[in-house]
Order: sequence, then C-alpha cells, then structure tokens
Amino acid sequence: MSKVLILAEHNGSQVNQSTAKVLTAAKQMNAASIDVVVFGNDAGLAPQVAVLNGVSQVHYVQCDDNHDQLAASIAPSIAQMGKNYSHVFGPSTTFGKDVMPRVAALLEVNQLSDVMEIIDANNFKRPIYAGNAIITVKTDTTQIVATVRTASFPADKSTDGQATVTESALTTAATHTSFVQLASGNSDRPDLQTASKVISGGRGVGSEENFEIVYNLADKMGAATGASRAAVDAGYVPNDMQVGQTGKIIAPDLYMCFGISGAIQHLTGIKDAGTIVAINKDGDAPIFEVADVGLVGDLFKIIPEMMEKL
Amino acid sequence: MKILVAIKRVVDYNVRVQVKPDGSGVATDGVKMSINPFDEIAIEEALRIKEQGKANEVIVVTIGSNDSQQQLRTAMAMGADRAILVESNAAVQPLQAAQVLLQVIEQEQPGLVITGKQAIDDDNNQTPQMLATLWNRPQATFASKVEFIEGNKINVTREVDAGLETIQVELPAVVSTDLRLNEPRFVKLPDIMKAKRKPLDVKAIADMVAAPKGQAIEVLKYEAPQARQKGVMVETVDELIEILKDKGLVS
Repeated sequence: MSKVLILAEHNGSQVNQSTAKVLTAAKQMNAASIDVVVFGNDAGLAPQVAVLNGVSQVHYVQCDDNHDQLAASIAPSIAQMGKNYSHVFGPSTTFGKDVMPRVAALLEVNQLSDVMEIIDANNFKRPIYAGNAIITVKTDTTQIVATVRTASFPADKSTDGQATVTESALTTAATHTSFVQLASGNSDRPDLQTASKVISGGRGVGSEENFEIVYNLADKMGAATGASRAAVDAGYVPNDMQVGQTGKIIAPDLYMCFGISGAIQHLTGIKDAGTIVAINKDGDAPIFEVADVGLVGDLFKIIPEMMEKL
Repeated sequence: MKILVAIKRVVDYNVRVQVKPDGSGVATDGVKMSINPFDEIAIEEALRIKEQGKANEVIVVTIGSNDSQQQLRTAMAMGADRAILVESNAAVQPLQAAQVLLQVIEQEQPGLVITGKQAIDDDNNQTPQMLATLWNRPQATFASKVEFIEGNKINVTREVDAGLETIQVELPAVVSTDLRLNEPRFVKLPDIMKAKRKPLDVKAIADMVAAPKGQAIEVLKYEAPQARQKGVMVETVDELIEILKDKGLVS
C-alpha cells in the first residue's frame, strides 16, 4: 500500500489551496497513509493542514530567514523524509516546480510533472506539448516523485481531520542562496488560482489605463482578474496575472475573456474552466472554437453595457 | 568565465502537434523543428552577458540526434563560440540529461549554466533543477532578470505565482529562463556562414555517462486531449446575461 508525503505550500501565514488539491489527488490512490510536510516560520501553519481529513501526520519544519521557500534549502530535507514513503507529491505551481525536481534528483528518480489523472499508484496521465497530447505513464520506482496539476483536482474542503503534528528544525539551509525580496501585485481581488470567477483581458484591451474597465467589471462580479501573455508582454498588467502554458493554469466556474484571440498556449491555461465566455471583435478568433458562449463585438461598448445590466 | 547553455531541438512552437492514430506517439515527420524557445532566450542572455564583458566564452550543448547539429549551428550564428553535441538517438529523460550535462560541466568548468525552464515538447520543467542538484550548486529558476553584483554573485528575479521574487545566488549556478528575460536576436545571413566554421564537437552519449542512474518513466499511450464542445454565439449582451443567469453564474 502507498504511503504518501505531500509538500505543503503557503505564503508565510496561510496554507495555499494547492495543498488541499494535492491531497484530493493523493486520496484517489487509496493510500494507506498520507502525511504532509510544512516548512515555515509560523506555528499557525501546521494546524491549518492538520484539520484536513485524511492527513495522518503533519511534519512541521521550523525555518529561519525565509529558507522555507528556497528549493536548495528544503529539498534535501524532503528527500531524506521521502525515503520512508512510496510517493512524494507537490503542487504544480511555481513553488512545487522549483523544488520537486531537486527532490527527485536526490532520490535518483525522474519526476512525473503535472499529473492530471491518477489511474492507480503506478499509472498516471499527464499533458505534453502544451496539452495537445496526453500521455499515460507508468513508473514503479521505490519512490515516485510527482507534481500535481492543481487545476485537475478540486480542493479537499474537509475540516474534521485530527492529524498529529511533529516539530523539527531545518538542518539543511543552503548557504549559497538567499531570498532578497518578493514584489507582488497586491490586489484586493480574489486570488486568480482559486477564484470561482475570472475576468480576463488580452492585447485587445489596448493599454494599462484601458484595463481599468476590466477591473471594474471584475469588482462588480466579485471575480479575479487574469490576462493573456500578450497583455503582460505589452506591459498592460503584471506577470502574476498571466494565464496559460507558462503562466497560471486555472479552473474557475466562469472564465470570461475580453480581447483575447486564444493562442493554444493560453487555451492550455483555461481548458478546465466550467464555462468559457469570449468577447472579441474578430469573429474568426480561435477563442470562439472553445468558448461555451461567444459574442462578437467591441469590448469598450460591451463592458459598460454589462456593468449597467448586471 | 565560460557560460554553458544547454538547448534542445523541439517541434517548432507554431506547429500544432497531432497524436498518431495508433496512439504510439505524436506525428513529427516533416514537421518544422527549432530551438526550444526558452533555450533561445538562454542563448541570448549568455551572449548579452558576454557582450557586457562579464564572460569570455559561450558554449552551447545539446543532447539529441545528429539532426540537432542544425540547432547548434543556429545558436552559433546567434553568436555562441562553439558547440557540443552529445549524440543520442533514443529520447533522454531529465535525470539522464542532467547526468550528461554534469559531465560536460566537469570538462568545461563553466561559471554559469543557463537553460530554458522547460522544453515545449515534454513540458517537464526538471532538467535545470536536477542539474543544479547533482552539481551541488544553487539554482535560480524562471528568471526574468539576471544582475551581476559584487563578490561573484548574481541577483535573479524570478517569475513566480505571487509576482516577482528576487533571490541571490553564488556562482557557479544554474539559471533557467522564463519568457520575459529578453527577446532573442534575429540571425543574419553572414553570421550563418560564419557559424559553419565554428567548432562543433560530437560525442557519443555512452562515452559521457555509461550507466546513468535512475529508471526511465515508461510511456504506455498517447492520446488527443478531450476537445471542448463548441458553444453558442450570441448577438447581444442581454442574451449573454440570460445564459449566465440560467447557469447560475451571475445573479
């Protein structure tokens, strides 16, 4: 039977929902036990994980100086712990993608990247070629290291878990790497990766100033805001809003996009959305091939009309 | 200082790949092949560092079939000084690739290794991190800015989910590139001619790493993704709002 270790992700004080999504994936293997490791500098983190039903044990590893986010510092510790498990899972977020291959290398295995479906403890599905092909893969190494594609699994919402918490201190802090700063968009809107509604804009929005109306509609609807790579490259919005193959992969109930043509790399990021609504002035834009509802028209007329009628 | 840039020959990013009907792979016959776009950004970054006088040689390396010489020549036309092809006709997985690249590092002793964060064929996003681990050196992944500071260190700004994170790493180190690090230069015809005379060293993979550690992940089947059903087109905002209300998505 499988024994799973999950690497938790957090922002310093709040555990990221990606952790509960990876837990959902782990539960689908009917594992004998699932433990979670949290590297942090806030004792309030471990209890947030301990209440998730299905978690047996939370290993809380106390870190200093923001080493909790540095792959080179925490990977040796995860790999050491991982030797007692059959599976070591992390989220397929920038945090998980940074650290998990280091864990895999230390355990001398190839990593399964972006697992989107669990067939059983040894067989998985994952996308390649920006999601243009799906492969079924098999591995039976002593430890299986994987990142889990968070858009493919709902977050575990349970709060009645009673995991035990064990504490230790990080002994593998790297001396050659240090954290300097994090500059984030700091918006009051819902988090793009977990929001149930996302309003998104592309190059068609035209400028940083014009994005205001996209933000206004998002605020009216209680939605998070996203953007295409073209809009980020053009400097209209910060990089943390990018949705797509190299940005965020999201699965909101509603994804409404304005002035986005729908490059394959963007579609990769939204294909698990519940309902895709596309508004674009070009009726031939590829976005309409995947949209559930399409409207050809000028976003600068349509958004104000929606603001008025919603 | 030498900079080593690791690149991969992949199906061009404009090609929409198709899964073969028998599920044995994706159709690549006659398809345009290119340098992995993230690796092209890595080459450009190495060249800019050299042009700033902070490096004196840019070496480009790839692991792949003999056809990969084309991509190495393109890299040298961009400005790389010389190239190494580690020839392998079989597909190489990230842990094996990292072991081969480690051998190249031991022979070349670069002060910096730059490579794309992922290859757009397998989308693994593993090799740079694995290489840094085996080399026992720091990594700075998903870089959007690389800045040299005193004391043989670099500050690397990274594109992360929360925004832009800056970390400081001591050299030698592995940097993996993200899209906004730079815009690669176009290759000029005279440079293509010049690149033909630059040294390209071919080595057999078995001579580099005779018995690589780690089992390969077995691919059982390829399939096309489930297509989303084409939806409806509406003419007016009222119709759109009606549908959203029916679905319970707006109140």
